[in-house]
Amino acid sequence: MATMSDYTGLKPAWCPGCGNFGILRALNKALVEMEIEPHQVLLVSGIGQAGKLPHYTRGNVFNSLHGRPIPPAIGAKIANRELIVIAISGDGDAYGEGGNHFLHAARRNHDITYLVHDNQVYGLTKGQASPTSDVGYVTKTTPEGAASPVNPIALAIIGGASFVGRSFAAETVHLTNLIKKGIAHRGFSLIDILQPCVSFNHKNTFQWYGERAYKLEDEKGYDPGDKKAALEKALEWGDRIPIGTVYEADLPVYEDQLAALSKTPLVKQKIDSRRVERLLAEFA
Amino acid sequence: MSVDFNFMIGGEAGQGVQSVGFLLAKVFARGGYHIFADQDYESRVRGGHNFFRVRVSKDKVNAIADKVDVLIALDSDSIELHRAEIARGGFAVFDEGKAKRVKSEDGSLLSMPLEKLAEDKAGSKLMTNTVALGAALAGVKYDLNILNTVLVDWLGKGDAADKNIAAAKAGYDHFRSEQKDDFREIKPFAETRRMLLNGNEALSLGAIAAGCKFMAAYPMTPASSIMEYMAAKSREFNLVMVHAEDEIAAINMSIGAAYAGVRAMTATSGSGLCLMVEGMGLAAITETPIVIIDGQRPGPAVGLPTRTEQGDLQFVLHAHHGDFPRVVLAPSTVEDAFWTAVKAFNLADKYQLPVIILTDQHLASSYCTVDELDLSQVTVERGEIFPENNSENNYDPAKYMRHKVTKSGISPRAFPGLSKALVVTDCDEHDEAGHLTEDAGERTAQVEKRLRKMVPLKKEMGKPQKYGPRGAGTTLIGWGSTYGAIREAVDILGKDDIRVNVLHLNELWPFPAEAVSDAITKAESSYVIESNATGQLARLIKAETGHGVTGRILKFDGRPLTPAYIVEAVKKEVG
Repeated sequence: MATMSDYTGLKPAWCPGCGNFGILRALNKALVEMEIEPHQVLLVSGIGQAGKLPHYTRGNVFNSLHGRPIPPAIGAKIANRELIVIAISGDGDAYGEGGNHFLHAARRNHDITYLVHDNQVYGLTKGQASPTSDVGYVTKTTPEGAASPVNPIALAIIGGASFVGRSFAAETVHLTNLIKKGIAHRGFSLIDILQPCVSFNHKNTFQWYGERAYKLEDEKGYDPGDKKAALEKALEWGDRIPIGTVYEADLPVYEDQLAALSKTPLVKQKIDSRRVERLLAEFA
Repeated sequence: MSVDFNFMIGGEAGQGVQSVGFLLAKVFARGGYHIFADQDYESRVRGGHNFFRVRVSKDKVNAIADKVDVLIALDSDSIELHRAEIARGGFAVFDEGKAKRVKSEDGSLLSMPLEKLAEDKAGSKLMTNTVALGAALAGVKYDLNILNTVLVDWLGKGDAADKNIAAAKAGYDHFRSEQKDDFREIKPFAETRRMLLNGNEALSLGAIAAGCKFMAAYPMTPASSIMEYMAAKSREFNLVMVHAEDEIAAINMSIGAAYAGVRAMTATSGSGLCLMVEGMGLAAITETPIVIIDGQRPGPAVGLPTRTEQGDLQFVLHAHHGDFPRVVLAPSTVEDAFWTAVKAFNLADKYQLPVIILTDQHLASSYCTVDELDLSQVTVERGEIFPENNSENNYDPAKYMRHKVTKSGISPRAFPGLSKALVVTDCDEHDEAGHLTEDAGERTAQVEKRLRKMVPLKKEMGKPQKYGPRGAGTTLIGWGSTYGAIREAVDILGKDDIRVNVLHLNELWPFPAEAVSDAITKAESSYVIESNATGQLARLIKAETGHGVTGRILKFDGRPLTPAYIVEAVKKEVG
């Protein structure tokens, strides 16, 4: 059985105190608690500080291009359904450069888990506004203030994702449990993670999020299966920020609908060129 | 008696031009003839002017001819636009209602009540195209039973086939009862079951035979029919075709599937390939095998969406930034397209790099009879795979390194989840283990390792095809789909005592510099023949061999090169 030491990767090159450390710890804990071995996992990341995470744990790693962790994650999942596929992005990666992939992965409901480290700022390129920066947020590229942010939680719910959650990097136990739920869920799971950037975002700090985040699990009568209620929670931002499972539904999974995947994973199927004979006959 | 006979079917989009053309091709193929058929269509769903040409020959042909022996005109534009192309002894059939502008009592323009016959005998005006087909077959006294069999094979037994058979008979009988017997007769001479394939079908079949298990693509003319074919066969052959949200997703999905261990490809055209360029570099640095089909059409940008060009050669040779190995193949015929696909997957797997297949609209949608595809000749070479087939003898999964520096440059692949080996790769420069690094030494070692693969790769490349008299003073140099047209031009010129030969390239990168250099130095003059505006192959030849060619015979109006065009151009240069 895997232990935390099996998930010890390279030494992180993140800034001291970065919110990413909590996410790394939570992911490793989730995998250990689910009794998953590193070789059973495929971590597909993009570019940005979040994109480096797979190198700091252990597993199969495909560190992809900026904005593009989702498409190779989908390709790999279809090639080998037995892999546990987790895509990892930051807010720029997921909602800016990769916005189209995010929308369509949600719509098709691919069986992958998507962790988005959302710090509302670009870290790797040093402090420019991101798609989730709060309105009016001033940076070098937005001297007159950022425009209205995207709402990833609402987009995912409307877009057709079957599991949509949010957690906070400082709430390791909460985040661990949410990641476990996301991995266990069949279909597209978005987990947007409030991740303070200690170097470039001096507004949305640990304290700022800590004062606002409240757990949906503690809300009496909140039902993540109620899409309307979920959308209402999705629109909540500012003084109070809900964390937890916002939406969860049992929806058709893309990979389940592919006849070719119904038995053996594609990667384990033998190639038999002679079978093409019958296709040739169709052209005669 | 030799037969080299050409049908043209013209009409608006939606009138069934393609169906009649395909049926004609099929009917003559069944009678023993070789076929080459091409399609000229506009980027619209209804209306406009489209035509389909079917060349029927006793000998194998790989190009279209410029003359028309029988014109089936489904609209009046088709008569006006093409009547001048009708050869002596040829004829046109068209509906009497469409003939308002036909004033002369030209004996070759045969006006008939096609629509009325369709309504009376087959119950619908929609059958007009089949009535016309029957009439055309009557004009050459071909055996109508062959058409009936083809219709049943195509549509299955039932109402649709019955109506079409009735429509064809109506046209046939009308022609025979009304017209004099002074047109040429074409008789079926053998019962053959040669395949009739277009370039995209051949590529798709090659991909399936090679064991392609995953394709992701975004529809774009002229590559869409590859997606459609693969999707149609996905259940039967346990493969997956994903209609992605865009070309960026398409190539990245294919790369993900290939990384996970299956053979994967994508297909697109110029602008779509522009979007895929980013992914091409991802495949290169992560050393992931990927086959990319580029169905070329005239650019830049949307250009002429439904037409043909060979304008992407320099683009695919240089697409993406940085130095990395790649392969560029360009099938010369429909049959060659099948084998090119097979080879593309083998090279991609063995050398772990992107392989680009350059086809074009002309080859993609042209039908050709193909004698046999011997599937026992299909080899599946997956290259070095850890741990089964690992030259480095590194069997300990804990020590597996995806990008191990080896003498050949090839690092054995492992597939995630199939063993305890962790498969780590990165689009950043990485160390042998696949983790990102900025170390100068590691960087240099990885770049050199990747480029080193070119050495064994070069030995895999086939020699250019040669045709025509050895020692001819003039050598024509072509590439890709123009092979048939250039070859036929060489024959025609030979009959006029103009001795030229051809050197044709269907494998362009790594470049066969020695063979090309040899041909150019042996000839007194050499000409590239290309469907582009600047002579992209000529530039490549100059760069790789140092030799300039004497001249460039080019065509870039979006229409395919024909033997007659080449003959005329060569005569101007050397005649």
